[in-house]
Amino acid sequence: MNIHEFQAKEILKRFGVAVPRGIVATTPEQAKAAAQELGGGVSVVKAQIHAGGRGKGGGVKVVRSPDEAAAKARDMLGKNLVTHQTGPEGRQVRRVLVEQGVNIERELYLAMVLDRAQSRVTVICSSEGGVEIEEVATKHPEKILKETIDPVIGLAPFQCRRLAFALGIPPELTGKAVAVMQGLYRAFDECDASLAEINPLIVTREGQVMALDAKMNFDSNAFFRQKEIVALRDLDEEDPREVEASKYDLSYISLDGNIACMVNGAGLAMATMDIIKLCGGEPANFLDVGGGANKEKVAQAFRILLADARVRGVLINIFGGIMRCDVLAQGVVDAARELNVRVPLVVRMEGTNVEIGKKILADSGLAIISAETMADAAEKIVKAVKTN
Amino acid sequence: MSILVNKSTRVLTQGITGATGQFHTKACKEYGTQMVAGVTPGKGGTAFDGIPIFDTVERAVRETGANATVIYVPPPFAADAILEAVDAAIPLIICITEGVPVRDMVKVKRYLEGRRSQLLGPNCPGTITPGECKIGIMPGHIHLAGTIGVVSRSGTLTYEAVDQLTRLGLGQSTCVGIGGDPVHGFEFIDVLKLFHQDPKTSAVVMIGEIGGSAEEEAAAWIKSNMKKPVVGFIAGQTAPAGKRMGHAGAIISGGKGTAKEKIAAMKAAGIHMASSPATIGRTMQEALAK
Repeated sequence: MNIHEFQAKEILKRFGVAVPRGIVATTPEQAKAAAQELGGGVSVVKAQIHAGGRGKGGGVKVVRSPDEAAAKARDMLGKNLVTHQTGPEGRQVRRVLVEQGVNIERELYLAMVLDRAQSRVTVICSSEGGVEIEEVATKHPEKILKETIDPVIGLAPFQCRRLAFALGIPPELTGKAVAVMQGLYRAFDECDASLAEINPLIVTREGQVMALDAKMNFDSNAFFRQKEIVALRDLDEEDPREVEASKYDLSYISLDGNIACMVNGAGLAMATMDIIKLCGGEPANFLDVGGGANKEKVAQAFRILLADARVRGVLINIFGGIMRCDVLAQGVVDAARELNVRVPLVVRMEGTNVEIGKKILADSGLAIISAETMADAAEKIVKAVKTN
Repeated sequence: MSILVNKSTRVLTQGITGATGQFHTKACKEYGTQMVAGVTPGKGGTAFDGIPIFDTVERAVRETGANATVIYVPPPFAADAILEAVDAAIPLIICITEGVPVRDMVKVKRYLEGRRSQLLGPNCPGTITPGECKIGIMPGHIHLAGTIGVVSRSGTLTYEAVDQLTRLGLGQSTCVGIGGDPVHGFEFIDVLKLFHQDPKTSAVVMIGEIGGSAEEEAAAWIKSNMKKPVVGFIAGQTAPAGKRMGHAGAIISGGKGTAKEKIAAMKAAGIHMASSPATIGRTMQEALAK
């Protein structure tokens, strides 16, 4: 789960990471009042959407007066901001963060990520702040510094000092840099984050070390113990079908094609998308109904798939094993009847009572195409969609 | 011979009184696995399906000689269940539970360092040596005893692959699901090393997916060590970047962990790559004929 910049900064502040003074505004008037409240001088108006590249997309503007803050906020609010991460349609800006201007001396990069190969959290930092770290990693890999964190010890002060000195932070500011790094790690750890990134981390002319931008992602597996984080979820920033699916514990990802698929298990669901593509079709989604998919789940999954107007056919691929195919088949038939499915529907299933299941599909009177294998199923649905 | 589990493996179920624990303990017992004990704190002294239940893992091991454990406890308590099993020095710990927080697993992995236990999972189907021992949630009947080792990050996609092998008469020595989480126990390399050393295993199927770099690391190891033929498949060739595809670990982040990179690394290591998930069995048949 992602959160907004202003939310990430509020979290970081709680953990002792310095951030510029800022106020969230949802109207130009509020933006003006915010700029006034911040002293009426130079401030920055920043569009709050869940995507990077906002600066280049015109979503970050330096202003010199409260009136200008209002004007820039008016330009952004309610409009769609397009960045390289939003796709061509962009994302609607519903609020802006008005922040006090700061005198930037240096821009650095600081992040905490999970190093999967080591099963440890790793600090990544670089003297090249303000640009994407992937770009630095490609062009100047020697400018990327890392420290691996022992989960028992936490991020040790000596590790932070080593990084601070390597980054060329002046000795009198080392203490402040250490505080930022340790605060960021504590925020990452205590909030069950999967990413915490400060880009840029700045050193100001006045000798402050602060987070000028902040991005945090969270591990959804830890939501049972992170109520405060869950409350920060902004459903406006998510695909409505993905939100709907998550209510029923279905794992759904929207794609660009026209063949919807319903599969049990994530690996098999990805493989089903792949085989549709291999057969010349385009998958409309990823959908994992889970191991214990029952009749209700199948019906909900159907509803979500068919809500996508681009869908021209549906492929159901269930390798049950333990799941009973007769129960599944009845669920499919009931849902298809109830929802009046008009697009071709191919069903491939394996598992207990598969013959009874196939008979239920055949006897339903519905135009359900039964398939023997995964390849057979993919070929049949691609053909059906092309000829329909 | 086989790897990890065989007919003398004595299995404990942690979380035996929950619905999932009961269902699969029964199914494993029916398959022929020696299910010797169960643990549910507070239910010690009772029994399920003739299997004695204990309050603690330590006691269960002491009284029944269990040398493998399977964990079905819910995500908030799963890491603690693994720690308890590690503390009791159970050689093989299999965690089926899906949804364990990454932070918990980072600590578990640290705790495992220097210990006698090895962990499989979490978020995995378990492991099976066909005809001898099934520990986990896979359907037993699709398996056939034989000489093909199977290792995979997926559950149902592994069943698909095993089904293809069985239909072609290619039995399996042992099938191992290492799980779909970003931080887990056994890696591909760990399992490949065991298959490499196992005289009964003649060839290996390795099924990976997008996210991380475990497949690339395994490919490098295979290239310099493995003489037995390896057939591979990577799921997620059509997956978009930055989206978590069901499994917590199946995500392309920062342009890394794509199917394309993994397939290229595996091909370069001499692995016979199945281009379609429907041809994993056939690719193995062809690899063996060479």
